[in-house]
Amino acid sequence: MSADINKLEQIASQVRRDIVRMVHACKSGHPGGSLGCTDYFVALYFHMMKHDPSFNMDGKGEDLFFLSNGHISPVFYSTLARAGYFPVSELTTFRKIDSRLQGHPTTHEGLPGIRIASGSLGQGLSIAIGAAQAKKLNNDDRLVYVLMGDGELQEGQIWEAALYAPHNKVDNLIAAVDYNGAQIDGPTNSVLSLGNLKAKWEAFGWEVVEVTNGNDMSTVIAGLEEAKSRTGNGRPVVILLHTEMGNGVDFMMGTHKWHGVAPNDEQLASALNQLTETLGDY
Amino acid sequence: MKKYTYTESKDTRSGFGVGLLEAGKMNENVVALCADLIGSLKMDAFIKEFPERFFQIGIAEANMMGIAAGLTIGGKIPFTGTFAEFSTARVYDQVRQSIAYSHKNVKIAASHAGLTLGEDGATHQTLEDIGLMKMLPGMVVINPCDFNQTKAATIAAAQYEGPVYLRFGRPVVPNFTPADQTFEIGKAVLLNEGKDVTIIATGHLVWEAIQAGEELEKLGIDAEIINIHTIKPLDEEAILASVRKTGCVVTAEEHNRLGGLGDSVAQVLAQKLPTPQEYVAVNDSFGESGTPAQLMEKYGLTSSNIVAAARKVISRK
Repeated sequence: MSADINKLEQIASQVRRDIVRMVHACKSGHPGGSLGCTDYFVALYFHMMKHDPSFNMDGKGEDLFFLSNGHISPVFYSTLARAGYFPVSELTTFRKIDSRLQGHPTTHEGLPGIRIASGSLGQGLSIAIGAAQAKKLNNDDRLVYVLMGDGELQEGQIWEAALYAPHNKVDNLIAAVDYNGAQIDGPTNSVLSLGNLKAKWEAFGWEVVEVTNGNDMSTVIAGLEEAKSRTGNGRPVVILLHTEMGNGVDFMMGTHKWHGVAPNDEQLASALNQLTETLGDY
Repeated sequence: MKKYTYTESKDTRSGFGVGLLEAGKMNENVVALCADLIGSLKMDAFIKEFPERFFQIGIAEANMMGIAAGLTIGGKIPFTGTFAEFSTARVYDQVRQSIAYSHKNVKIAASHAGLTLGEDGATHQTLEDIGLMKMLPGMVVINPCDFNQTKAATIAAAQYEGPVYLRFGRPVVPNFTPADQTFEIGKAVLLNEGKDVTIIATGHLVWEAIQAGEELEKLGIDAEIINIHTIKPLDEEAILASVRKTGCVVTAEEHNRLGGLGDSVAQVLAQKLPTPQEYVAVNDSFGESGTPAQLMEKYGLTSSNIVAAARKVISRK
């Protein structure tokens, strides 16, 4: 099925509006990484994955997605709501008391679409590997996707999992690294360099797909299709997804400053002026 | 005093191994993971029977906990296997977020708990694991007392929906509970009825409590003995019913006195029936190398320590 790029871009524009409105409303949250990963989320949930918004935890016969870097919950929640997992009106409750939309995603409040809690970093790749191995035991030929942050790769558990998946031929797994080069304290290269990531993953035995512009819908779709074509060959696949933190909102781009800061009223208005309302605001 | 006998001594970890195989035969969704300690955890029989349902993780316990949580998504019932220290303290955040908070149906099988691990010393002798695990909301904490009970507990854990911490040990100990017992999670086992003092014990200390009961009988003291194999959820009714009768209590466990069974019992009694209590437990200390018997003696976890604690607590009534 060929992708309707224009339609996907329209959805992405709405998701970006949702993100900045959500973090503005609760005066907290993580807009930078959310905006940077919007095109990836939309491509997954509105084109790549076979999934059922009526939601069943086990997800048998479905493609599954896990978010390891749980702090970019705004993009996850907006995408799930826009895909029909729960009413978009519920996005107003983000980070507020008695909400299913916790600061970091959780199964604890029963929000459809969430299969694991994340927030404490480094754990999602292991989860995805387990879910992928369960699929193999169940003779379920669908795929498992997982997204990690690049700063998150500083966690040791990631590399335990990176060692395990190729050894065990977990080839129904497509991991992705949000390669935006930034983390809370600054550029990843100054906090703790990741070095040659492509060489590292290859040395561990992974198929590596490089997506040079993770904020161009056609490029993202092509990268995901390429990754999918490499599954089933005895090796896990990882996408190095080059994104720009804050993408779509000019004053949030090119800096790590907006990793975990909400815009004020004036900044919100400026952001919304740059993002077309396509599906209707919640 | 009711008479308890046994024909053989066996290790509780072997009870786990046999129980795991049986649970695997009963339910094809039961799977097992191990972090390079197959022999220690007695997983060989399960692996031989169900090689495709076993996952060798290597020395990577954090990854093991995550993979186990992931396997539940798809309906699997994973048992993770490593030493108690590496099942808890080493991976506390993984257990907390990916298993407990996410309420995943993972069974954490934890061997070599406590001092009786012996010669390897304090690095491997966890005395904090009950406390760590019972503080996690929704986590069931089980510490069976012998081979037969560990086997039954393993099967019960597989049948229960939700996260379970199953703690057992390394050495051979008297196997005195019935082979055909049914294990009810959260239900205390009354081993002996008595009127002078309640002895509440868990794990390896249950046999010590029985021996203490026999010694106390010679001194004219009639001890009620309860085996608490499930520390969480705690059988409060059984504890309160006994203590209403005896008016004092001794708790006995192979664990730090801070955060273990004794504290759970004390919390119930403080709120509902304030009662004199003595602890038989490790006094806020690490262990060390030695034989299991030497260590239990040195750290005060024998039947004679229970006898002394019983006499002391009776005097406080």
